[in-house]
Amino acid sequence: MTNSILPALIFMIGGFLIPFFKGRAKSVYMMLIPVVGFINLINIPLGDHFLVNFSDFKLVLLHIDRLSLLFGYIYHIIALITVIYILNFKNDVEYVAGFFYAGAALGAVLAGDLFSFFIFWEMLTIGSVMLIWARKTKSSQAAGLRYLLVHAFGGLVLLAGIVLHYTETGSLEMLKLTLSGPGSYLIFLGIGINCAWPVLHPWLTDAYPEATIGGTVFLSAFTTKTAVYALARLFPGTELLIWIGVAMAAFPIFYAVIENDLRRVLAYSLINQVGFMVVGIGIGTELAINGACAHAFNDILFKGLLFMSMGAVMYRTGKINATDLGGLYKSMPWTALFCCVGAASISAFPLFSGFVSKSMVMEAAASGSHLLGQKSYVVVWLVLLFASAGVFHHAGIKIPFFAFFGHDAGHRVKEAPLNMLIAMGIAAFLCIFIGTYPKPLYDLLPFAVDYHPYTISHVLSQTELLFFSALAFALLLLSGIYPAEMRALNVDADWIYRKSGKALYNAFDTVLNPLNAWCDRVVRGTASRTAYFFKDAGAKISLFVAVNIWLLAGHRDKWLEIKKKKLYNDIMQGTLPAGIGAAVTITFILLVYVLI
Amino acid sequence: MEKKHVFDDPRNVKRLLKIFFSSVVILLILDGFYIVLSKTHVIHSHMNYQWEGFWGFYAFYGFVACVILVLVSKYILRPLVKREEDYYDK
Repeated sequence: MTNSILPALIFMIGGFLIPFFKGRAKSVYMMLIPVVGFINLINIPLGDHFLVNFSDFKLVLLHIDRLSLLFGYIYHIIALITVIYILNFKNDVEYVAGFFYAGAALGAVLAGDLFSFFIFWEMLTIGSVMLIWARKTKSSQAAGLRYLLVHAFGGLVLLAGIVLHYTETGSLEMLKLTLSGPGSYLIFLGIGINCAWPVLHPWLTDAYPEATIGGTVFLSAFTTKTAVYALARLFPGTELLIWIGVAMAAFPIFYAVIENDLRRVLAYSLINQVGFMVVGIGIGTELAINGACAHAFNDILFKGLLFMSMGAVMYRTGKINATDLGGLYKSMPWTALFCCVGAASISAFPLFSGFVSKSMVMEAAASGSHLLGQKSYVVVWLVLLFASAGVFHHAGIKIPFFAFFGHDAGHRVKEAPLNMLIAMGIAAFLCIFIGTYPKPLYDLLPFAVDYHPYTISHVLSQTELLFFSALAFALLLLSGIYPAEMRALNVDADWIYRKSGKALYNAFDTVLNPLNAWCDRVVRGTASRTAYFFKDAGAKISLFVAVNIWLLAGHRDKWLEIKKKKLYNDIMQGTLPAGIGAAVTITFILLVYVLI
Repeated sequence: MEKKHVFDDPRNVKRLLKIFFSSVVILLILDGFYIVLSKTHVIHSHMNYQWEGFWGFYAFYGFVACVILVLVSKYILRPLVKREEDYYDK
């Protein structure tokens, strides 16, 4: 272990050097980074490497086992594919940010202790925000800032959890945790924010569709999958995860049906797919963990492929809303074909990659439900089956149909650039290859696989499920019941901080500002009245006393007025005899003393 | 004159729909065969639940699931969450 390099550094340092290359050399150099990284990775033996002593902590920067290696492999593959895809953008910010981001994700999944994991986890946020801001539109700036705030908060939660965990146990090892004590719960929650758990999810559907065309492809691969990895590493078999995963698989599909922005539809279906993985991790059997990991591997490919095809559409037409698209199969036939491959894969059609991995999670849920006291797993299985039908409905049919078929929107554009087609082609090939020949993938999984996806009953039942989902789509569309795409925005949980934040501001504005003005008036008024009073307070008090005495003495009318005027002037001008002045002063002091 | 594409011709769309509808029917027939064969133990069937053995279970579930999905999205979710496109900018 002397001649290998930390995989994350190859990406990060390699990425920072990109701006120094020009023209064709730059393209070659960029493609070389993941290739060199991959060769480096496969030559590192299993075990712990790069041990660093950092004050009292023993940090393990590189921990290679079957689980981390699987994610390491797929991260290299998708990095290469995405780099090929973005070659034509000529945007150094995007290149550097992309490699920094991918490197951070690699660092996180290969980290051997919680502290270095946390460091890379934070870098992940920085890289992804840069990819969002690189779009340079007003809405992407705002979405990026919201994304940054959410993830900065998530990072703090994770850090607090790690610190508490360390003080409780004295260990920073990346080992299985049980949910007990505040430390483990905070770590759990911190990971959950990046994993887009329900209610914590809107950063994803808010920001991903705002990123650059290539940036979204990068984003779809790393953040959530790194969180899935972390859950598989730290919280396998945590029952709470099953129910979180079920909710994740179910609720986004409703939103996806009515969403107009096709990249946002894919963002919702991303949460839906991650839901399957989270359920698998929650079940925690070998089959379930294998299924979750295999599905993460496949999802990175087919979700990347779908985002790439939508990106290509956006690149050529400048549009991404379903209301503005349609009929593009005429001008972009290859993109349409690759999109259909991605759609078939995410829908788990037999012979496509989703089929060989999603079913492992389903099978694990079903076999789990036969165990004593686990009857509720039947519900899990039924909801997952519902979600499987639903994902075909919105990602499998809606995406290709509204973009490439359906109503012809009249775009007559060129086919996607060659580098984009090559990138999509590689991803599409891998989807079909894994779908038809899953053995190489199964060999990479954390546990030995004894699972055969291609049984007659499985193929038949899955095909039936999908065809009848398609039948429902066709009949609803032909009968006009299918909801028309609308230019509209659908509020989600981000309302809490986007609108209520504003409402809070307005509330403060309407309550506090008048209060402020009122206080201002009161203070100024009191001050000016006090100043007015004290201007001639002595004179007035003297008058008050003197007038009463004069009245008793029998002075009346004109004589009284003259005496009053004389006294007032004397006091104000200081021409009062000293004795009277002293008397008034003493009276004044006495009066103040009595009043106070 | 622009080039005619496959689905510009309504006959092709009809043809596609016909193929699709017949494959749906064929699937149901195949399912019937499968159940008979597995009942008579000609082929081994792996089932976790009893209802998986009902004729057309997956077909029914897939169809109903999608109809419910669309109806709920359209008539319940959309009225609840739909806003103007510049809702957050106001």
